[in-house]
Amino acid sequence: MSGDHHGPTSFWSKYVFSLDHKVIGMQYMFTGMFMALIGGYFAYAFRMQLAFPGQEVPGYGVVTSHDYNSLVTNHGTIMIFWVAMPVLIAALGNFLIPLMIGADDMVFPKLNRLSYQIFLLSSVVLIISFFVPGGGFGGAWTSYPPLSAEPEYNLTPLGAPLWLSAVALEIVAFLLGGINFLTTVMNARTKGMKMYDIPMVVWMIVIATLLFMASVGPLVAGAVMLLFDQTLNTSFFSVDGGDPLLWQHLFWFFGHPEVYVVLLPAMGIVCEIITTFSRKKLFGYKEILYMTFATGILSFFVWAHHQFVAGIDPRMATVFSITTLLISIPIGVLCFCFIATLWGGSISFTVPMLWALAFIGEFLLGGVTGIYLGASGTDIYLHDTYFVIAHFHYTFFPIAIIGTFAGITYWFPKMFGRMMDETLGKIHFWGTIIPFNCLFIPLFLLGMGGQHRRIYNYENFPDLSSPEMQNLRIFATLALVALLAFQIPFLYNLFRSMFRGDKAGNNPWKANTLEWVAPSPPPHGNFGHEFPEVYRGPYEFSHPEREDDYWPQSEPGPRGEIKEH
Amino acid sequence: MIQWFIPQASSFAGDVDFLFLLITLVVGFWFVLTELVFFGLMVRYQKREGVKAEYITGDGHEKHWVHVPHWMVIVCDVLLIVGAIMVWNKIKIDMPEKIDATIKVIGQQWAWTFVHPGPDGILDTEDDITTIDELHVQKGLVYKFDLSSKDVLHNFSVPVFRLKQDAVPGRTISGWFQPTKSGTFDIQCAEMCGTAHGIMNALLHIEDEDSHAFWLKQNTVLAQK
Repeated sequence: MSGDHHGPTSFWSKYVFSLDHKVIGMQYMFTGMFMALIGGYFAYAFRMQLAFPGQEVPGYGVVTSHDYNSLVTNHGTIMIFWVAMPVLIAALGNFLIPLMIGADDMVFPKLNRLSYQIFLLSSVVLIISFFVPGGGFGGAWTSYPPLSAEPEYNLTPLGAPLWLSAVALEIVAFLLGGINFLTTVMNARTKGMKMYDIPMVVWMIVIATLLFMASVGPLVAGAVMLLFDQTLNTSFFSVDGGDPLLWQHLFWFFGHPEVYVVLLPAMGIVCEIITTFSRKKLFGYKEILYMTFATGILSFFVWAHHQFVAGIDPRMATVFSITTLLISIPIGVLCFCFIATLWGGSISFTVPMLWALAFIGEFLLGGVTGIYLGASGTDIYLHDTYFVIAHFHYTFFPIAIIGTFAGITYWFPKMFGRMMDETLGKIHFWGTIIPFNCLFIPLFLLGMGGQHRRIYNYENFPDLSSPEMQNLRIFATLALVALLAFQIPFLYNLFRSMFRGDKAGNNPWKANTLEWVAPSPPPHGNFGHEFPEVYRGPYEFSHPEREDDYWPQSEPGPRGEIKEH
Repeated sequence: MIQWFIPQASSFAGDVDFLFLLITLVVGFWFVLTELVFFGLMVRYQKREGVKAEYITGDGHEKHWVHVPHWMVIVCDVLLIVGAIMVWNKIKIDMPEKIDATIKVIGQQWAWTFVHPGPDGILDTEDDITTIDELHVQKGLVYKFDLSSKDVLHNFSVPVFRLKQDAVPGRTISGWFQPTKSGTFDIQCAEMCGTAHGIMNALLHIEDEDSHAFWLKQNTVLAQK
């Protein structure tokens, strides 16, 4: 933390080997968006195969069963590890944390740079794995052994270890980033910022980071053991001397908290946006914070609901069914608090607000459909059907896509100093939300009809090849094509507004948190020579004793809190 | 609701479908109510010129807005947990006392092998009938199955029974079913098992007493030739 805020001047030190948290955030964001294009392309290829089986897919070619497995596996892997994680946590966390807590940078800038570099390396390794002899790994993103462990079963002798190495590297990158996030928030807050003055999105990223760091250990250990099984012929997960089910426990012990690792930052983004655009104080700040911690803790006790029918002791299902349904309690409170925040507000439907509201509306459906799967009795039927796929896309799409668009459109003026186009933004919004629902509602119905996952051609299954079911598949695929096409206006808007958009000014949304005090875009060191000081909480909107309907955290004056009776 | 899409062909299919309906009613009520409130608030509190938003912290008495519905949600949770456990126990834990026949189900890349007891009704004797990708059972009998795998994980999935169970190499996992409707239905492999996972299907033939006896006789004759 030197007092020197003269930034680097050469292109290389400014944009490629930068130590500045904002540049590293942007690096994560654009790498994540690039990977999202690959993930979307894979979805296009395998959905086209399902709708028009055996026919050549324009822009891909014929999808064989081996290709299909690799496409679905890597679609899932990319969207979770290379899109949701880097964009929601690494990009927004890096960009927002120092700005929102009034610091000039992360406390470990070099660790931060290393984190991105390892992440970039992991992306390269993953992309290479698609082109090696035998093709990319196709044993599902959960990578269950013995299939994933033995080349003679998975037939991808190079693809499988490269895929696993890429995942392990990605996790190392996020561990480094996580250390940085936690240390920065705990130690580098500006003068006056108490625990309850920390903006909710920062809290959510911190809790997500804690969950990630506490859950990832078993997975890293498991990944190394699996890599040894693949390459050195050890037998950690083989039948002779090991146990295939052990991997599932290690994987899901991480895998389920991971859901909340990406969910929480998205919810944090929603908190910032709905308060700003309804000009309301966040309903139940402490309630939300405690319930988030409760969700985080509970999320460590639900993992085996992924394994009800996997051959674990059937009595265990009862315990995990109970813990899983219990998680609806804190998540329910969070959703109710978000909705209650709208009460008595003065809501303007800007593009970021539309995305934030869409998150709440769509995530609710994702949340409630989880009950069918957490309930062990119905999971026997629904396990590994399209009902599961529809359910988790109703959670992950709001998280990774809707939440990301909410965050990007809200903080774009701060990132680039210019406004995005509202009309294009609304076209993109409706062009994403409507096809999204048209895509995944049919998948619920197909799942109820017994359609199981990861099948490249349902013509082989008499009960699943009725014309009605095929029509649903075609409808969903067309919706996906529309969804992908409507991302073009977004990309155009993004890059055009970076250079041609209207100048934003420091605080275009009239919001309270500290990032809006800094110039747009913030210079190296963020706030110039004087750090802002914090006098009150982050959500003092429409305070009765003030003319203005907002009250920046950094404006000197009383705390302004009104005690309730 | 599931039965609108796919027939019920086992004694416990109705239980699964009833649980699905129960969850739909409980969860659907809350989902619709929450969405209605959510959209209602959006319409009611749109920005109006000259109207300032209210200052509500949510820390005082307004907590009830969240807590009252919330306690009601917990009550619903308990109801659903009880339902889920009852159905689970019936299918996966409580083995019926009287078993009419035992079959072996063996998964491998990428086919199902079924070993049926022959006319003597006892498994592991000379007259056992082994088939690939077709399972023959008699309507009304209670079957126990011993499920195993020769290589990777598979999943013995019979949608019309509402039954699913992973096959794990090195283990034998048992379960049961009682077919209640004659016909020919799909058996799936519902666990990713490699390149040809997508064609690892088999057919389930549920036959009434006469036609099952005929099938038994026919295959026994063939075996003796």
